[in-house]
Amino acid sequence: MTKSFRIAFKVSIIAVAAIAAILIASIILWMIGADVSDTFYVIIFEPLTNMLHISEVLIRAIPLCIIALGISVAYRSGIINIGAEGQMAMGLLAFTGVALAFPDVPRPLLLPLAMIAAMIGGGIWGFIPGILKAKLNVSELLSTVMLNYIAAQFYSLCLRTIYLDPAEQVYGTGTPQSMRLTENVWLGRITGRLHYGIIIAIVLAVLIFILMWKTTMGYKMRASGSGARAARYGGISVGFYLALSMAISGAFAGLAGGVELAGVHRRAIEGITNNYGFSGVVVALFGGLHPFGIIPASFLFGLLIYGSTLAPTMVGVPANIVQVMQGIIIIVIVTAQMVLSNAYFQDRVWRRYQALRKKEV
Amino acid sequence: MDNRIKSLSMEHITKRFPGVLASDDISINVGEGEVLALVGENGAGKTTLMNILMGLYQPDEGRILINGQSVKFRGPEDAFRAGLGMVHQTYMLVPNMTVTENVALGYRNTGKKRFDMKAVRQHIEEISGKYGLSVNPDAYIWQLSVGEQQKVELVKTLCLGARFLILDEPTSALTPQEVDELITLLHKMTDELSIIFISHKLQEVKALSNKVTILRHGKVVFSGNTNDYSSQEIAAKMTGHEIILPKNAGRREKGRCVLSVENAIVMSDRRIPALNGLSLDVREGEIVGLAGVSGNGQRELAEAINGLRRVESGRIVFFGKEISNLSPREIIDEGMGYIPEERNTEGIVPPFSIKENFILKDVSSSTFSSKGFVNGGRIDSAAERLVKRFDIRCPGIETAAGSLSGGNIQKVILAREIERKPKFLVAVYPTRGLDMGAVEFIHSELLKIRESGIGILLISEELDEIMNLSDRIAVIYKGVIQKILDKNEATRERLGILMAGVKEE
Repeated sequence: MTKSFRIAFKVSIIAVAAIAAILIASIILWMIGADVSDTFYVIIFEPLTNMLHISEVLIRAIPLCIIALGISVAYRSGIINIGAEGQMAMGLLAFTGVALAFPDVPRPLLLPLAMIAAMIGGGIWGFIPGILKAKLNVSELLSTVMLNYIAAQFYSLCLRTIYLDPAEQVYGTGTPQSMRLTENVWLGRITGRLHYGIIIAIVLAVLIFILMWKTTMGYKMRASGSGARAARYGGISVGFYLALSMAISGAFAGLAGGVELAGVHRRAIEGITNNYGFSGVVVALFGGLHPFGIIPASFLFGLLIYGSTLAPTMVGVPANIVQVMQGIIIIVIVTAQMVLSNAYFQDRVWRRYQALRKKEV
Repeated sequence: MDNRIKSLSMEHITKRFPGVLASDDISINVGEGEVLALVGENGAGKTTLMNILMGLYQPDEGRILINGQSVKFRGPEDAFRAGLGMVHQTYMLVPNMTVTENVALGYRNTGKKRFDMKAVRQHIEEISGKYGLSVNPDAYIWQLSVGEQQKVELVKTLCLGARFLILDEPTSALTPQEVDELITLLHKMTDELSIIFISHKLQEVKALSNKVTILRHGKVVFSGNTNDYSSQEIAAKMTGHEIILPKNAGRREKGRCVLSVENAIVMSDRRIPALNGLSLDVREGEIVGLAGVSGNGQRELAEAINGLRRVESGRIVFFGKEISNLSPREIIDEGMGYIPEERNTEGIVPPFSIKENFILKDVSSSTFSSKGFVNGGRIDSAAERLVKRFDIRCPGIETAAGSLSGGNIQKVILAREIERKPKFLVAVYPTRGLDMGAVEFIHSELLKIRESGIGILLISEELDEIMNLSDRIAVIYKGVIQKILDKNEATRERLGILMAGVKEE
């Protein structure tokens, strides 16, 4: 197989996939009577046209990236963490708690402290399903989803009670939110709303790469995930690494919450988690469970999420239709990825191609 | 409709996989009541050819004819419907279903509209009674040993009413008596049906087949009537050179006892005792062969010694230290080496590269890591050295171990265990399913280890292997040691009788 054939094969598969995605999405848009080309422009290219838009894309990519990194650690260790949504909420709670309790502690101390608290909050929430799986073989799909509900309700409860902004009580408006957090826990901003969390996300990606591929701990986690029986045979305590990977995964989700609070919202409100915990699973898988794949993947998904917020105002297409289109795009991309990684298919096409060429000669 | 298969032939079959030509213009022909032996080394393309016949793969070129008519199998269902039944080398059973349910799965494939479990069960009992293949219809597959699973596969295929049998190494897990029985049985069955069987074992080829076809590297290198050639001639044609398996010729003065199992009681996965107070000693520098039909507690014994299974009562003493119920890690650190039964899932982490598999037990050792970071350079150089020293055929040390052939996977495991310089080695079915070349290599390595003064507990069903390598032979039956023989006292017949549970007076 020649190199040029391989490239041509890849390019044509991607082209076919793109055309398929555009076609299906166009049919849907056409059916609801929207302007097809304008809609595409708004959700895919408009967000890239100026710095303001780009920074908005990036601030959505930051939590996605951090959460997806954590999920990739758990996934590679053999446990599927779909509880990042709840772990992030617990991180938010812990972060807010520290910020509210010690408003006067100087920033160099308070910010790291609050971030660590967020990691511990999320970490515990991840550790619970991890240890349940390790010790009692409880399905993580069940436990993480259930813990999501508990965390979401608990978060909501806290916003209405102990964290509730005293001003809300005074004026009686009753919006469930905390008071504005002390400046001592804020992350600085680079441009627009884009904050330094982006540096944190990139540094974490490098750290995860080192952890998983350069340390003995990462080796043992990957071994537990790729072959639990062999790992046990090799003297690796699989249960321990399972629980540890979930604690790390949860800690990352919690940290994503902390970064989001410190960089964007700066007060605990409802809806901060914004389904990042679930999108994070897709980002992690789409990024090939590798940090250097997760970075571009989170950017792409940040773009899609932001694009869907622009569509209703700019072309009058409802946001949920945009989400339908996102779903289609994701399915097509994932399918194309599967086809591309199928060596058998590639080999068959190559032989067909050669047979054709022979005939011509 | 006359549904007998009077002739079956495959003509000019060619099948390519990425980078490999698995079948290269192969033609075979089997007439009614004939037995064709398909012989060749691992990776010669025998299994691929049979999978094509069963419709699991589509050939790139060539065709299949039944009774002179061209047929096309889109999947195994089509092949079943045509009356073909195959027992695969890697068993196609659903682990978390019972034997009955697994057989019932096959019934659906034959197109019968409905079945009730009772009838299936009855049929199983009937078939297993008729052929003397004892299986427990209510056992879950995951609870069964490899040998027992093979019996289930045979029963399943027979239950489905196959009129043309394809057997992929059918005897590898049976005792010599059972092999003889099976051969007699298959002989009888040729009144009704034809058989293709894949084997490495030339005795069986000689005993059972009318015709033999030898494959090498996806090509037919030889085809002829079995009776016209001696085993030696066939062996030479198979490998391209002559192979003589090494023997344990050494006489050693008795060393000290290094591993002693005392009255061990260990449960099987079914929570019934698999070891019933088993006691066994192994001294340094000797190979103790543990002979027995699989499923008599061998797996549980190996796992208990290695900390992978709880010892309910009794003791396991290793170099004077009690190791029962220590963690696998602690036992590894005591110097235990272990070649496990399931080489594909337990002996290696399949998606991991060869070099990563070499350090499975030692990633945290000072050789390959410092302060928690792995030392990539040392790992690479050690891997390069081991690949060369053990002649592991692979594209490189980055290749996923799971993509290697069985023989090469076993070499990876052996290399890792030997390189660790263990004080003792437990080897479970170390050559199961391997071709003669690989067997020769592994046997000579085991003998080398013995020469260096290390004790080996060799668990095997291959009597030749046990008799060639062992200093003493212990026969296990239903979780206890039936008898321990010195290698001079052991004969195939005597061992076979002991393995069948008959007590000697």
